[in-house]
Amino acid sequence: MPSLKDLKIRINSVKSTQKITKAMKMVAASKLRRAQEAAESARPYAERMEKVLTGLGASVVDQPGASPLLIGTGRSDVELVIVASSERGLCGGFNTNIAKQAKAHIAQLLAAGKTVKILCVGRKGVALLRRDYGDLIIDTKDLSGVKRLGFGDAQPIAREVLAMFDRGEFDVATLFYAKFQSALVQINTKQQLIPAPLTVAANDEDAGDDLAGAIYEYEPSEAAILEDLLPRNVAVQLYRGLLENAASEQGSRMTAMDNATRNAGDMIDGLTITYNRTRQANITKELIEIISGAEAL
Amino acid sequence: MTDTLHIEIVSPERLLKSAETAMVVVPGSDGDFGVLPNHAPFMSTLRPGVLEIFDDEAGAAERLFVKGGLAQVSPDGLTLLAEEVIDLSSVDTGDLASQIKDMQEDIEDAKDDVERAGYEKELAWMTALQDVLAA
Repeated sequence: MPSLKDLKIRINSVKSTQKITKAMKMVAASKLRRAQEAAESARPYAERMEKVLTGLGASVVDQPGASPLLIGTGRSDVELVIVASSERGLCGGFNTNIAKQAKAHIAQLLAAGKTVKILCVGRKGVALLRRDYGDLIIDTKDLSGVKRLGFGDAQPIAREVLAMFDRGEFDVATLFYAKFQSALVQINTKQQLIPAPLTVAANDEDAGDDLAGAIYEYEPSEAAILEDLLPRNVAVQLYRGLLENAASEQGSRMTAMDNATRNAGDMIDGLTITYNRTRQANITKELIEIISGAEAL
Repeated sequence: MTDTLHIEIVSPERLLKSAETAMVVVPGSDGDFGVLPNHAPFMSTLRPGVLEIFDDEAGAAERLFVKGGLAQVSPDGLTLLAEEVIDLSSVDTGDLASQIKDMQEDIEDAKDDVERAGYEKELAWMTALQDVLAA
C-alpha cells in the first residue's frame, strides 16, 4: 500500500508529463500547419511538371536513344531503396510503419535474388533498418539541421542519386515515404523515381489531354527538353515526397501526443481516486483508534 | 479571344506569380523570345537570363532573373516552370563576385567530371547574373 506522500509524488510527476505532451501536441499542430502549407504550395509545380512529362514522354518513349531515366537501363538487378523518415522520435508509429513497409519490400527483392542498396533520409529510419539490413545501407542523409525544408535541401540528395545512376550503381530507385492525408491518416507510399513511371500515366487519358489538344513546337527539341526535365523531375518528386513526409510526421506526432495527454489525464484521475480513498481510510482508522481508546477508559 | 496574356510562374516551392500581362520576353535556351496573347503552342527550355514582364504595352518592364527551367505556351497562357527566380534589386554584386570566385576554385578542385559539370552549371548562371547586373 503506497503512502499518501508516494501517491502525491506520482500524481505530480504524471501531471508534469502531461504538461510536456500537451505542449508537444500544440507545437506539432502549428508545425503541421506550416508543413501542410509547404506541401500544398509545392503541388502546382509538380503537377505541371508531370503533365509536361507525360505528354513528352509518351511520344519519345518508343524512340531509340531515349534517356535511361525514362526507359530504365533494361535491367532491374540492383535497386536503390530511399527511405524517408523523421529526425525526431515521439511521433507514434510513424517511423515504424515506414520501415516496416520498406523492410517488406527489401525482403521481397532479396528473395528474388536482387541486390539492394539503401539510402536513408532522416536519422530515425536508420536506427530501425540497421538491425536487419545494416550492411546494405550505403548512406544516410541527416536533415536535422534543416528548419524549413526547401527545394535546396532536396536537390543535393537528388544530385547524388543521379550521379550514382550515371555511374551505373543501380537500375531502379524507389522512394518510401508517408503521404499526408490528414492529421489522423498517413498513407505509406512506395514511389518509383527511376525510371520515371510514365507508362501508367500515359494510359490515363485525362493527363495527356492538355498537351494532346494542341500541337506544340519544341525548342530546342522534344528529346533535348526531356533530357533537361527528367533529372529535374527526380529532384521535384523527391522534394515532394520529403514535404509530404514532413507533414505526415507532424500529423502523426500530434495524434500521438494527443493520446498521451489523454492517457495521462486518465492516469491522474485514477491516482487521485486512490489518493482520496487512502486518505479517507487513514482518517477512519485514526477515528477508530481514538474512539476505541476512549471506550476502553 | 483574350487580349491579355495570362502568365504563371511556378517554382518547386510555390506558385510565384499569376497575372494578366501584355507581353513577356522569355530567355529561351535558343534565344530570347517574346510571347504575346494568342501565341501558338510552344515549349522551350530556359537559359539563365532575364525575364521581362510588360504589364501594358507602354509600361516599363518588370525584370526577373531566372536560373533555368521550362516555358510552356498553351492556349491558356504562359507557364514558366522556373527552378529559381531572383529579384535583380536584391542581389549584392560583391557577394556574387566572391561566390563566383569560390565556384571557380571548386571547379579546379573537382574530383571527377560529374562533379565538375555540376559546378560549371552553377557558375554559368552566376556569370550570367553578373553580366546582367553589369549591363
